[in-house]
Amino acid sequence: MPKTFQRPQALTDKAFHYCPGCTHGIIHRLVAEALDQLGVRTKTVGVCPVGCAVFAYDYFNCDMIQAAHGRAPAVATGVKRVLPDRLVFTYQGDGDLAAIGTAEIVHAAARGEKITAIFVNNAIYGMTGGQMAPTTLIGQKTTTTPFGRDRETTGCPIRVAEMLSTLEGAVYVARVSVHSPRHVRLAGRAIRKAFEVQLRGQGFGVVEVLSTCPTNWGLSPLEALKWLEQEMLPVFPLGEFRVPAGEEVV
Amino acid sequence: MRLLPKVLMKGNEAFGEGAIRAGCRYTFAYPITPQSELAHFLARRLPEIGGVFVQAESEVAAINMVFGAAAAGARVMTSSSSPGISLMQEGISYIVGARLPCVVVNIMRGGPGLGNIAPAQGDYWQAVKGGGHGDYRHIVLAPASVPEIIELMELAFDLADKYRGPVMVVGDGILGQMMEPVELGSAEATPAVPAKPWAITGQEGRTTRNVISSLHIVPEENEKFNLELAATFAEIERVEQRYEEYRVEDAALVLVAFGTVARIAKAVVDRARAAGLPVGMIRPITLWPFPRDRIRQAVAQAAGFLVVEMSFGQMLEDVRLSVDGKKPVHFFGRPGGTVPTVREVFAEVEKIMGVTPDAQDFSTAAGVNR
Repeated sequence: MPKTFQRPQALTDKAFHYCPGCTHGIIHRLVAEALDQLGVRTKTVGVCPVGCAVFAYDYFNCDMIQAAHGRAPAVATGVKRVLPDRLVFTYQGDGDLAAIGTAEIVHAAARGEKITAIFVNNAIYGMTGGQMAPTTLIGQKTTTTPFGRDRETTGCPIRVAEMLSTLEGAVYVARVSVHSPRHVRLAGRAIRKAFEVQLRGQGFGVVEVLSTCPTNWGLSPLEALKWLEQEMLPVFPLGEFRVPAGEEVV
Repeated sequence: MRLLPKVLMKGNEAFGEGAIRAGCRYTFAYPITPQSELAHFLARRLPEIGGVFVQAESEVAAINMVFGAAAAGARVMTSSSSPGISLMQEGISYIVGARLPCVVVNIMRGGPGLGNIAPAQGDYWQAVKGGGHGDYRHIVLAPASVPEIIELMELAFDLADKYRGPVMVVGDGILGQMMEPVELGSAEATPAVPAKPWAITGQEGRTTRNVISSLHIVPEENEKFNLELAATFAEIERVEQRYEEYRVEDAALVLVAFGTVARIAKAVVDRARAAGLPVGMIRPITLWPFPRDRIRQAVAQAAGFLVVEMSFGQMLEDVRLSVDGKKPVHFFGRPGGTVPTVREVFAEVEKIMGVTPDAQDFSTAAGVNR
């Protein structure tokens, strides 16, 4: 019988350390599958963030480098400028990319740096214990907004995909989700497309992936998927915000 | 542009020329005075020779771009000035933690805070004591002339590769702005750079993948890594101490100064000798490793030392540690972006050597004694 489903080559055999119900594992698989499909695993350098995915270098079966908090796009810039024929991607959470690393992601996009950012948005800090993220929803309870995020004192969530899509250098910008099998498939497609944009030398690409954090949301894995769908999607609409000139938005 | 064998060159440009001659083809930097000409020079020259200059959005980004380029196996540098170097300290700590070679130039200015853009040496402690978080040190080189800038930049890249760590080269606005003739030998194409089998270049051509990380989550593993670093630092201290000495042989008073101040100190030595005073000078070229062995040797013969700095006394501590209380160590400094004059320092020499009574003040301006 032919084997139709297997562990991607671009993932190592190491078991993920992620919490039960966390969707980082799905997103890792999607990235790895895209690398396999494009046949670029041995021509790829990945950049890990600080946050829950700090150990991603144990999981992605390609050359990897671990960056300081928020600096992955700068590190990726350094790598890519030295190795312009390599695929270089960052894998970053919302605290890493949208708080401490805002300058680095904005300017990597503005320069049209030929790298791809995989941006995992789960509306909370995971690793450090469930604090408010720049993407935390209004009213959402976190350990630093115990009464719910207050617009008056903490502002509103940053819509990263929309913000970056205003920059000319950001050639591919999409927001996807992994709360259902259909959305997982679409997310995989977007990630592959972002990599293709880089391989064609067209410019900067970012795929924002809405993700769950059952542990810090205080929900079961199933409830978390529902919360993502019901609460996050209205604030973070899915879709492609920028595609290379001449291509149609899916 | 083909460089002639001997040219008049500005200090800031010499940092860039030295880097290029060392095979550096990548620079990531953020604008700051007084190192601007260095960035201007490299932004113009690097693309001409197939290199890359990227103006980063901040010093924080610049040093992390350096981190990435160094990890990818390139000879890479950044340059900045005091406040910008402060911003880079996190990145430098990561670069040490990931054991990556690179060169960082600091054209020091007056501080603290925004301070001013005048020449200063107030970043000595930051440079030689680690500067960022964690247990570490890195090599610090201090040229005192434009030709020496080129020489030490080439050395900096070699030492960075040899010990797999960052090397800092420090100067100040005087050194950066001064022009001196430099003799350039035939410009080599690209010098031989050691193989970097650890670089993250994509696994292609290797059987195993490479990972670069400064994370050692198990304390005992991190301790092991720290001890490896400590062994490297000990080796550097053993073999890399560099200094210049001037008329020290029979000197009763030994001046100790680095960089720009050493030029002033040298003039003071000549003036003192002309006045019949046995004065010499030791100029540390490596601020870390500090040339303590030479200072210790000098203890036997010298009656005392006079440390002169453009700060309120930072290298002074390393000299006192080296002398270890065996002889008096005097200090004269001008902090905050002011420059000691030959007259001021000579007055200190006369005071110390008993030519003039202590009470008489020869200083033209404030100055600090410690």
